[in-house]
Amino acid sequence: MTMGITGYIHSVESFGTLDGPGVRYVLFLQGCGLRCLYCHNPDTWNPSCGKAVDSEQVAADIVSYRNFIRTGGIAISGGEPFLQPEFVVDLLQRCRKNAIHTAVDTAGSVPLSISKPIIDAADMLLLDIKSLDEELCKRLTGQGPENTLATLDYCEQTKKRVWLRHVLVPGLTLDKALLEEMADYLRFFSCIELTELLPFHKMGEFKWKELNLQYELGETPAPSKEELQMVKRIFEKNSLRYLLKE
Amino acid sequence: MNFAEGKWTKEIDVRDFILANYTPYDGDESFLASPTENTQKLWEQLSDKMKIERDRGGVYDIDEHTISTITSHQPGYINQELEVIVGVQTDEPLKRAIMPFGGIRLVHTELETYHRELPKEIDEVFKYRKTHNDGVFDVYTDEIKRARHCGIITGLPDAYGRGRIIGDYRRVALYGTAFLIEEKKKAKSESVAAAMDSDLMQLREELSEQIRALGELTEMAASYGFDISKPASNTREAIQWLYFGYLAAVKEQNGAAMSLGRVSTFLDVYAEQDIKNGLFTEEQIQEMVDHFVMKLRIIRFLRTPDYDELFSGDPTWVTESLGGMALDGRYMVTKMTYRFLHTLTNLGPAPEPNLTVLWSERLPEAFKDYCAKVSIETSSIQYENDDIMRPKYGDDYGIACCVSAMRIGKQMQFFGARANLAKALLYAINGGKDERYGMQVGPELAPVTSEYLEYEEVRRKFDAMCDWLANLYINTLNIIHYMHDKYSYERIEMALHDEEILRTMAGGIAGLSVVADSLSAIKNAKVKPIRNEAGLAVDFEIEGDYPKYGNNDPVVDEIASDIVSSFMRKLRRQKTYRNSLQTLSVLTITSNVVYGKKTGSTPDGRKAGEPFAPGANPMHGRDTSGSVASMKSVARLPYDDSEDGISYTFSIVPDALGKTKDQKTKNLVTLLDGYFLETGHHINVNVFNRETLLDAMEHPEKYPQLTIRVSGYAVNFIKLTREQQKEVLSRTFHEKF
Repeated sequence: MTMGITGYIHSVESFGTLDGPGVRYVLFLQGCGLRCLYCHNPDTWNPSCGKAVDSEQVAADIVSYRNFIRTGGIAISGGEPFLQPEFVVDLLQRCRKNAIHTAVDTAGSVPLSISKPIIDAADMLLLDIKSLDEELCKRLTGQGPENTLATLDYCEQTKKRVWLRHVLVPGLTLDKALLEEMADYLRFFSCIELTELLPFHKMGEFKWKELNLQYELGETPAPSKEELQMVKRIFEKNSLRYLLKE
Repeated sequence: MNFAEGKWTKEIDVRDFILANYTPYDGDESFLASPTENTQKLWEQLSDKMKIERDRGGVYDIDEHTISTITSHQPGYINQELEVIVGVQTDEPLKRAIMPFGGIRLVHTELETYHRELPKEIDEVFKYRKTHNDGVFDVYTDEIKRARHCGIITGLPDAYGRGRIIGDYRRVALYGTAFLIEEKKKAKSESVAAAMDSDLMQLREELSEQIRALGELTEMAASYGFDISKPASNTREAIQWLYFGYLAAVKEQNGAAMSLGRVSTFLDVYAEQDIKNGLFTEEQIQEMVDHFVMKLRIIRFLRTPDYDELFSGDPTWVTESLGGMALDGRYMVTKMTYRFLHTLTNLGPAPEPNLTVLWSERLPEAFKDYCAKVSIETSSIQYENDDIMRPKYGDDYGIACCVSAMRIGKQMQFFGARANLAKALLYAINGGKDERYGMQVGPELAPVTSEYLEYEEVRRKFDAMCDWLANLYINTLNIIHYMHDKYSYERIEMALHDEEILRTMAGGIAGLSVVADSLSAIKNAKVKPIRNEAGLAVDFEIEGDYPKYGNNDPVVDEIASDIVSSFMRKLRRQKTYRNSLQTLSVLTITSNVVYGKKTGSTPDGRKAGEPFAPGANPMHGRDTSGSVASMKSVARLPYDDSEDGISYTFSIVPDALGKTKDQKTKNLVTLLDGYFLETGHHINVNVFNRETLLDAMEHPEKYPQLTIRVSGYAVNFIKLTREQQKEVLSRTFHEKF
């Protein structure tokens, strides 16, 4: 029996309907370098508390779900999948051999030199853009947007299918000028098939408390109907395909 | 009507008629009609009556003066002017009748519960006439009584009607009663042989009863102004004739499950012609279906609190099987299939009739989507795997009760409730003594005395205990069904069967996930029994973790499969009444709560008195790897060794199905396709938020029609006992953000 490569995971969801098209087996990897204020999975940050798994065994498990994921495939999410490139590339290749469609859910937070092999091996990317604004991005995540944007550029060059994701946080990203700027930027990318606009929610707040972390957005409200209408109008004006669940 | 002729014209063969005449439909739901004004008025009036029923503590009224028979009551109506399909069980809708032939004591208890008294003249009858219940207890052994008392076998139909028999009600419409009587007479005259033995005498007596019942059916229909001796000549008559057949059955028998069969595709043949010939419009046909379904929604039986504890929510299991594939490769979805499902929209969600979609991967996509949409909106549909049942039962089977497939008019079952395997495991550890009563119930085998439970030893002793249990169980069922045939024979239901039928002896098991997890804990962790002064293990300490059933982990899932196959092998070795064929189901209905109550702490960590998981479900909250992993574990259970059905109840919050309405529909279809491709047998689909249920517990008046699927059937959530409601809430809801 050939052995695969060891990876560190947080958990598995065998019926993922929220990450990429169709029904997907979602593998949540452990470890993330960003510290997003609105993160709803802070328990995936620390790279040292993951569960060690072998890519060959994970692939076998995925294949055993073949009947359920015919309309989708798998999504490798996190944490940040780009932090475990060898494991992820190996797993993606194994899926491809079994004709299982693959999506990688990433914030594109590492240099392209590291992430290129992953992007090449994946069928599509679910790319989370936090903010185009350097300062706001740093405030939100602890890091600027340059790696994410380089990732998007590379996807455009290689014609990689991309679903963008962007979280709408009142008082931070939910800002007319910022969103107009973003829409104007995005409309030049033909690789972007869809932008998922995700209204801020606080369902992950309890996890921050469990981890003894300070949750800064405790007072931030969910976006109002009017605000969401405003966002819709901006995307419609720029003829961008979007998905906004109310 | 202008039907293609065939074998069915010369002899009774409804399947042949359907296949020669039906029109498959693969379009979408856009042709469906909204409720007519009459339908809306009628439903409103009926809803008002049902509200009064709830306000009166669940029973609208009782006629305790009349023993219910096919012809016992004058015609009754909801509102005669508005009804296009007529007939109720007594002289007024929702008024419940007494059916004492199952057991007169039961009727006393029922009436006492609702502060009524059995009139003397009726009580007198049973000084001279025995009931099924009397017969059973005349024969029960002490051992059986002990086992029954301690609850290692429970829910037995020894005091109530066994049900799970489906008359082929379509025969009434297709042939008319005159022809059916003629055929039965012919069969009787042919039922002669050199030796007049008990089998032959029984058959001849039953045929006489059947002929008499068909006569009564004709008479009952005549009291409503219809001559059903002749075949139905249009859609309205076909529905009415068929319904009279069913009505006769529910006037005569208070069976636990009084299922309807598979009528929609049959009825579509009439509707197609009538619409084509301009006799009726789509709106009129839908009105007939709506009114028919309204009648099915108000089937009522008088029952006791004990019974309600077992089968909560006043269920009647008017199960109608929809869809499926024909053996010739055509799908059996017709416009009528849609019309039946559409009643959930026209009249709102409801637990009855128990709409059951026979799912095949090859069903038309539009139909699959429609089912998923209706499921998401109403949580009122259950699904069963046509692709694994069709090879065994052909293409004219229906589901009785929750999951029991049977060829319509050609097969019946002897319903056997279930044996409590979790308790059997404790008996294995405690040397046959009951952990709650301390009495010797099972054989006096050597108990387990070691400090920690050892897998091989427990397994061996469990196996021996199951040998004893299987034998005791079938013997008990033999007694019950002998007496049921003798004292409470289902005359009209059997009149709508062939003479040569297949009978199954349907055993069942409860506590599968408890036993599987317990054995897994003993094998993969360390389990220490805590013993009381009498030396009985009454609690267990578990050191370490162990693989749990419901997470797609073969280590424990194989144990679960093995428990099923092994118990089935033991049942097959028993001698059965009327040479019936042994089968097994993994189904608890809502009795998982009662079984749990009667069972001490188990080695999986479940505490004494806590409910079991329903049917084949993983234990509450232990299936932590997502819904698909849970489904894979259930789907792995061997249907070949559990042909009477494997029930799985699945609850998911709407948001976990996807982001848009369209996605949710498609994803649910994917999930169902996947589950059935993995050879899962049955699935209840519930789509709702826990918050909705919590609110319904506090404000039941806001949710008169909130329907949820529990275990092979649906109930009005607000009609469940508080205990049942809590149990439903404790089940795993698949959710995430």
